[in-house]
Amino acid sequence: MPDPRGKLMILIPAFNEQGAVGGVVHAVRQTMPGVPVVVVDDCSSDATVAIARGASADVLALPHHLGLGGCVQAGYKLAFELGYQYVIRVDGDGQHDARDIPKVFETLLASGCEMVIGSRYFDGNVGSTSLLRAVGIRFFRMVLRPILGKPVRDPTSGFVGVNRSALEVFSRSFPLEYPEIEALVVLQRRRFRFVEVPCRTLPRRTGRSSITPMKSIYYIVHVLLGVFVNVLKYERRIPRESRRS
Amino acid sequence: MDRLLNVMTGLSALLILLVLFSVRRARIRVEYSVTWLIGAVALLVLSRSRELLHSFADLLGVNYPPLALLLIVGCVFLVILYRFSLIISRLKDDNIALAQRVAILEYHIQSIKEASHM
Repeated sequence: MPDPRGKLMILIPAFNEQGAVGGVVHAVRQTMPGVPVVVVDDCSSDATVAIARGASADVLALPHHLGLGGCVQAGYKLAFELGYQYVIRVDGDGQHDARDIPKVFETLLASGCEMVIGSRYFDGNVGSTSLLRAVGIRFFRMVLRPILGKPVRDPTSGFVGVNRSALEVFSRSFPLEYPEIEALVVLQRRRFRFVEVPCRTLPRRTGRSSITPMKSIYYIVHVLLGVFVNVLKYERRIPRESRRS
Repeated sequence: MDRLLNVMTGLSALLILLVLFSVRRARIRVEYSVTWLIGAVALLVLSRSRELLHSFADLLGVNYPPLALLLIVGCVFLVILYRFSLIISRLKDDNIALAQRVAILEYHIQSIKEASHM
């Protein structure tokens, strides 16, 4: 039986992450040897591309800055074109522990779900994050619960594995800014399933979060609008049985 | 009232000249100038034709005709802004798709080059 790892690509979106991206690529390579690692560079102005290449990652370099959603979608499009069956996305700032990648991958294979989320708050506790972020996460858990039909503990996680069905959908339609929450709704509209697995979080290797309190408020309003637009959007619903055939 | 209408006439004429000048210098594409020209000409006509303006004011239930004109100006600009929001959104989507395509094609070219060097 062929090794399913041959059908997996690791995607690392990065923007000005010269201090972290090399370590992230090394950690992923150590955990998943032989699996292609692609850094999607969102037109960084620092040495992110050179460092990623130096760490022996392939680089998909965007010609101008698109924002996180456009950057991740470019990676999904590439993976879909190259025929990969599974993609696991790990953020380029080094906050995700690469040792959790096998767990996400195994769950993706075993569960049959279209998406697996590496959850930082699997026990429901939002930990030592800022008050505003904690409020935001709890708020979106509450908003998403009736829409998704099941609870989601970490809707803003960027540690995500998807199979080819989700890859196809995301290649065509992916939210541009702050994509994680909206992406869940996009999948729900297709009656796709997701599951969460507990994952560790590491402190940022370099730099600091660009999310200020003001941006947090903008984030909440923006994502809330995006969620409702996606809920209202007409999508031809495809029964699960016919999708499998 | 006359002064306000005269100001409106002057602004409409200025807008028409500005748009025509921009089209001539190729700063604005013809298809996008049409919306502005139609809006500006409509305002020019309304500010010069008292009868037409009074009819519009009656239709809108406004006692003071220049107020009706300002209301129409507001509506015209809202329509223009909405139209341009649609255009900008479409252009942004196209732009993102193009940027992603360019990046993917460059990736393929790089892969072919590396394979040929092996």
